[in-house]
Order: sequence, then C-alpha cells, then structure tokens
Amino acid sequence: MKTLEPILAEHPFFKGLKPEYLQLVTGCASNVRFDTGVYMFREGEEATRFYLLRQGKVALEVFAAQRGPITIETIEAGEVMGWSWLFPPYQWHLSGRVIEPTRAIALDGTCLRAKGEADHDLGYELMKRVAVIMMDRLQATRIRLLDIYSKSPGGKVSYPSR
Amino acid sequence: MTKASLQVKDKVIVEYEDFQRLFVALMSKGYQVVGPTIRENAIVYDTLTRVAELPVGYTDEQDGGTYRLKKRDDQALFGYVVGPHSWKKFLHPPVLRLWEARREGKGFELVPEKQEVPKMAFIGVRSCELHAIAIQDKVFMRSGFTDTTYQSRRNNVCIVAVNCGQAGGTCFCTSMHTGPKVEAGFDLALTEVLDPNQGDHKGSPLHYFVVEVGTELGAELLQDIPHREASKDDIQLSENIVANTAEHMGRNMDTTGIKDLLYRNLEHPRWEEVATRCLTCSNCTMVCPTCFCTTVEDVTDLSGEHAERWRKWDSCFTMDFSYIYGGSIRASTKSRYRQWMTHKLASWFDQFGTSGCVGCGRCITWCPVGIDITEEVRAIRESEITPAKTAKEQ
Amino acid sequence: MTVDQCDPMMPQRYRVQHVRNEIPDTFTLELEPEDGGDIPPFATGQFNMLYIFGVGEIPISISGDPARRKPLVHTTRAVGTVSRAMRELKPDDVIGVRGPFGSHWPIERAEGKDVVIAAGGIGLAPLRSVMYHVISQREKYGKAVLLYGARTPADILYRRELQLWRTHFDLDVYVTVDRATGSWRGSVGVVTQLISRAPFDPRNTVAMVCGPEIMMRFTAAELEKRGVATEDIYVSMERNMKCAVGLCGHCQYGPNFVCKDGPVFQYSQMKGLLTKWEI
Repeated sequence: MKTLEPILAEHPFFKGLKPEYLQLVTGCASNVRFDTGVYMFREGEEATRFYLLRQGKVALEVFAAQRGPITIETIEAGEVMGWSWLFPPYQWHLSGRVIEPTRAIALDGTCLRAKGEADHDLGYELMKRVAVIMMDRLQATRIRLLDIYSKSPGGKVSYPSR
Repeated sequence: MTKASLQVKDKVIVEYEDFQRLFVALMSKGYQVVGPTIRENAIVYDTLTRVAELPVGYTDEQDGGTYRLKKRDDQALFGYVVGPHSWKKFLHPPVLRLWEARREGKGFELVPEKQEVPKMAFIGVRSCELHAIAIQDKVFMRSGFTDTTYQSRRNNVCIVAVNCGQAGGTCFCTSMHTGPKVEAGFDLALTEVLDPNQGDHKGSPLHYFVVEVGTELGAELLQDIPHREASKDDIQLSENIVANTAEHMGRNMDTTGIKDLLYRNLEHPRWEEVATRCLTCSNCTMVCPTCFCTTVEDVTDLSGEHAERWRKWDSCFTMDFSYIYGGSIRASTKSRYRQWMTHKLASWFDQFGTSGCVGCGRCITWCPVGIDITEEVRAIRESEITPAKTAKEQ
Repeated sequence: MTVDQCDPMMPQRYRVQHVRNEIPDTFTLELEPEDGGDIPPFATGQFNMLYIFGVGEIPISISGDPARRKPLVHTTRAVGTVSRAMRELKPDDVIGVRGPFGSHWPIERAEGKDVVIAAGGIGLAPLRSVMYHVISQREKYGKAVLLYGARTPADILYRRELQLWRTHFDLDVYVTVDRATGSWRGSVGVVTQLISRAPFDPRNTVAMVCGPEIMMRFTAAELEKRGVATEDIYVSMERNMKCAVGLCGHCQYGPNFVCKDGPVFQYSQMKGLLTKWEI
C-alpha cells in the first residue's frame, strides 16, 4: 500500500524534515475529502487536526449576528490550514466551510503536539514552519487592512506641519 | 588702413570709448540687445541701447542671503558678477501662451499661438552662464521632444561673453569646471582691462577690452568697430586677470563622486536639518540658470466660451508640484529640498550627462535664509557613515 | 520671425461615442477622431493626455486593443476635478487628446516565455490591452496567467471579460477580493497570495504588474520571492504630469521621467526607489 510519505516529503511545509520525523508525521497523516458546503471545523471546536489542501477551496468564516457568515479568507490547493492545534486553548478561531470539493491530508495535531513536547527538536521544526505560515498570513492581512484600492489607502491624507 | 578680415580665435583690442559701436553694430544687424542694468538696487538683464545703461562703475557684494550694490572707484562696465536674472528668462520665457480654444457647439476650436521671436544679442554672458545655456540646450533640444520655443530663440541668439574680472562672494565656478575663463559658445568674448592709475597720452585712464573672435558673426561685428590687433602682452594681461579671478572664488564644492555620494545618502539626517531652515520659497529655482521646470495651466474666461493654455515657470518646491489624487508625493520640506539638490547635483548626470550646477552661487545669494548648497554637500560628505568606518570602529 | 507652437502640446479633437459606467467610481470612454481620421497607433501600456474644454487635462492609460484601434478606449476613476467632469460627458461631446506617450509593456520580450499579468483595482485597465494582444498572438507565448485583486466583488473591473477569459482553456485567470461580500464564492485574500498558486515557470517568465503603488511593491517582491528575476518584472508608475513629453519636470521619479522613460519600468530599476519615502 502506498504511503503518504513521498507526498508529505515534497510538500513545502515538511520539506527538509529529518527522515525519522517525516516517518513520524506520516504516521499521523490520513487522506480526507469533503464536499461543497460541509463545515470541516467550527469556531470554538477543539482543534485536533490541521490540513494540507491538495485540491479545492475552503472559506475561513466568522459568524456575525444578523449578517450570517462572513468569509475572512480562502485557503486553496497547496496551502496549509490550521494552527490552533499547536497553541492553547487548542480551539479553532474560525469556521472552515468547503466551497469547492476538497481533498486534503489531515494531520493529527494533538499527537504531533505531544511528540513535539517530548522531543524539542521536532517541536522546534514544527514551530518554525507554522511561524512562517502565520507571518505570511499576517502580512497579507496587513496589506488588506490598508485598503489599497480605496481612494485614500491607509486613511485620509494629512499634510505634515513642516 | 584696411584690416584683413578677422578669423575665429583672433584677438583684438577695442577701446572703452568705442564700446558703444558694439551696440550700434548689433542693432544695425537687427538684434535686440539685452544686457545687465540696474533696477531696484540689483543688476538684472534687460533690453539696452546704450553703454550708459550698463552698471558702469558698480560692483556687487554677495553672500548667503545677501546682495548689495556698491560703487567702485573706476568706471568698469562689467565690474560685478551675476544677479537674480539669468539668460533663461529670454530663451525659456517665464510665461507663455500655448494656444487658445473657443467653444463651438459640442466642441471647441483650437487656435495655435503664433509667436514673434525676437533676434536677441546677449551682452555680458559669463562663463558659468555659457555652461548653463549649454546645459539647457541639452534639456530642451536633445533629450527627446524638442522645445521649439527654446530652439527658435536659441538659434538666433548672438552671444557677447565676458571673462570675469572678479569673483563673487558666492561663486564656485572653478569647482564645477565652468569658468571663470570663457572657452566656447560665444560670438565675441571680452576681457575688460582697466587701470585708473595708468593712463594714455590723452589723460584718460587705461580702459580697453581684449576681444576674442568666436564665430564669423563675431568677426563681422568687429568690422564696424574700431580695433587693433592685440599684442602678446595684451593677451597675457587678459589671461592674468581671469587667472586671478579663479584664485578668489567665494565658495568651493568638492564634486568627487558627488552623484553616488548623494544617491547613497537619501536618508541622511542632514536633509531633516536643512528642512528646519528651508522655507520652500522657491527663490533658488527661480534664479538658477539651469532650472527648467514649468507647469501647464488651462484657464477659462467667465463666460466659459474661451479657454487658453499657458505655460509658466514652476518649482519643485511647491506642494502642488508632485500632486496626484490622494496627495502630494513630496509633502515634506525635507523631501522637496532633497529633490532639488539631488536632481541638480546627481540625477542630472543620469538624465543629461553633466551636472546641473554651474557654480554661479545665485541660489546661495538669493536664499532668504542663506542655505548654501556647497555647505550642504560638505556636511553630507563629512558626516557620511560608511561601512568602512563602522568596520573600523568594531 | 514667427514660429508655430510645439505640436505635442496641441490636442487633437475626439468625439465621445460612448461613456460606460463600469464599477462605482470607474467609467470607460470610447472616442473617435472628430474629423473621422485614423487613430495613431499605440503600444500597450502607453497613455494619452485627455483635455476637457475649460476644465483641464490629465494622463490616462489606453485600455483598448492595439490591433483594433477604433474606438480609442480609456478607463479611469473619477477621483479629481477633470476625471469627474469626464464622467459627465455625453455622446457627441468633443474632448482633446494628446499622445500616445510613454514606454510600453514588454510584449516582444515576453515572446516564448510565460506571461504573468498581475493587476490590482484600476490597474487592470492598462493591462487589458496586453491580454488582448496575448490572446490574439497566443502561439507566441507560454503559459498566460492573469492575477487580479479587487477590493470587494462589486469592485471587480471588466467582470464579463474576466469571466470570458476564464473559459479559455489556455488562459489561467485568478481573481481575489480583499473583502468578501454577499454570496461571493471566489478567493478572499490579497493579490500577492495568488502568486504562489499560479502555474508559471519563474525562470522563464515576464511579469507585468499594475495597480496602486503599495500593491505593485508587494506583488513585485512576492514575484521575486517566487524566483522571477527583477529584470523580468515590470511595473507601471504614476506621477503628476503636465506636458507628458519630458520637458516640464513634474513627473520625475529619481532620475526617471515617468512620462518618457516610463510609465512602464523594469522592477530592477525601480526597486531601490520604491522602498524610499517621498522620492
């Protein structure tokens, strides 16, 4: 039976991981698929897994009273979704609704987290990789906050006094 | 005695008494003579018809933010340096209508402007100014679209240059390699020789001009002016005068690697410092002989039936200059001063192949707060934090 | 002696054929020469100076098909006095046009390579001409990728054309919005996030980026991160323009005159300047 190991080894998120760690990770991995409209996780639920999307599109949503669900961001093929499994309180901050049929590799976050606590080298490798994802998403979010396409990006212009 | 016709590079002597003949020769050839004259306590450039209208017997004392006229103890015609005007006023008109438009149904009719271009003769053009004219030639006639307004005036100009007999308080042409000796680009070049203590047999003080022929037009003009061949001694004397001028510059600027120096230091704290003094009054750009920026204004009359497009001198120091919707790109004083200085001394090389500065010192004299471009360069050069320095400190 | 004024400062008269409202604030003018003559050839990325009698003149990129020059098409935002007056034009009104001016997108250099068109907001207007060209000469190019970012779904410019291009099998069109509204089922995120997903070979690509300066800066940086050489990335700069022929000095950006050395520049030339403030 073919394992997911070669697929994981190729993915940018796991690239460069020591072979024994990669085996360990593969042990925590499984193929999953979701149909359009399904919620993969909901805000507040326990975050036990994270996903490498192989195909499809997932909308990260927040629910606003009277408005319904608002899409904050979409995660697409090739991207990593979920970091709440690594940080207390280990709960999803947003809901994830599938908007295009999605195939992904699900990783047992709870298990990996425990292994990371036991072996700090593994923990460091996981932390480094998750940090990069957070940094990219944060930077992208900051650019969106600037509202660059509006008439006055970043707010109205005020001239300096000198 | 019939004189053999003069050749380019010939040098002759013209007596002071005969200088008016130069005006006559130019006017009879249809030139409007423009030269220095005194207006409101400054030596400016305006149309002249007689020698007496020149600033005879005057000199100027210049320093940062200071300009004063003083009487000399002789009757020199060119005993001063440069004032607030430059020749760009005549070659690159400060205000110019480009066209008119008249409303017609749903559209409009355009009426191009037919200009009368005067044939002008400039008297008293200094070496720095010749270089400034050459610099503007590159801007307007060689960098892409030709400015036909400039070109038509420039092609008909007659230039009577003057070798400076004294250096001004803010002059630094030697640093910029633009003078004081007039090298090229003139029809006639004069060096005024005057010694009130010496005299000729008639009792008049020694006062004459060593005149160099620059072009055939210059030679033609001299045919109508009494002159005699200049002796070796005369020529040597005129060269000594200019050499002496070169020794007495009021300012100097080290231009070694200046383009890269400024490009490297766009974030230098000195820009903040000069911004505390600069008023963005734009005097420097108005008096600078190479500044060329203009704006285009579309104006309508009250009836709304008639519109005109005008071109006017503009300055990078105004808030409007860099305005695009949302705001000005260069809003702070610091950015605008930096733009002017780095354009003049650095980017100009990339754009036109030379420095934009000719060392005339006008910007220093006419700055109301006396900002000195040579001092600003010095400050940046001396306080540059180079990687080499920091490595040494470790 | 007399002399005629500079020709490049004299507008040609064009008649308005059509004014189309695209998205809020943005509209398209379709123009034809008043005398029925030919429209001068232009290259993608160039701009004209458009003059409204009694109001003023502004630079606007040409957003039509260079192979199909009539009518002359300009899409712009109504953000200032002149552009707002332009939005009120009616068919048969006459305006003045000077141009075309400026440098153009490197469609010749891109032949044989993958083409990445990255546009943000109104930046799609000057790049639309590139898309038309690539489609009409499709065999000359490798992969053709369009990345487009808009503020919200309602602000997507040229929506129907984008949808049409998405149906082409040999074009890859990715659209994202900064903020989702209504029933949007497309991507939500900033346009830079589309770059890692797009299928192109960074070592054999020419990328053309246009949009607000912040967007171009971050997008070019992301393309560089993906492996595209800075010489292969092009941006389109915007500055105050009065004469559009390199003589008035207003559009200077460092040593560059945006009207004649640009508006299209290689990112390798711009990179140092783009990160400096108030240049």
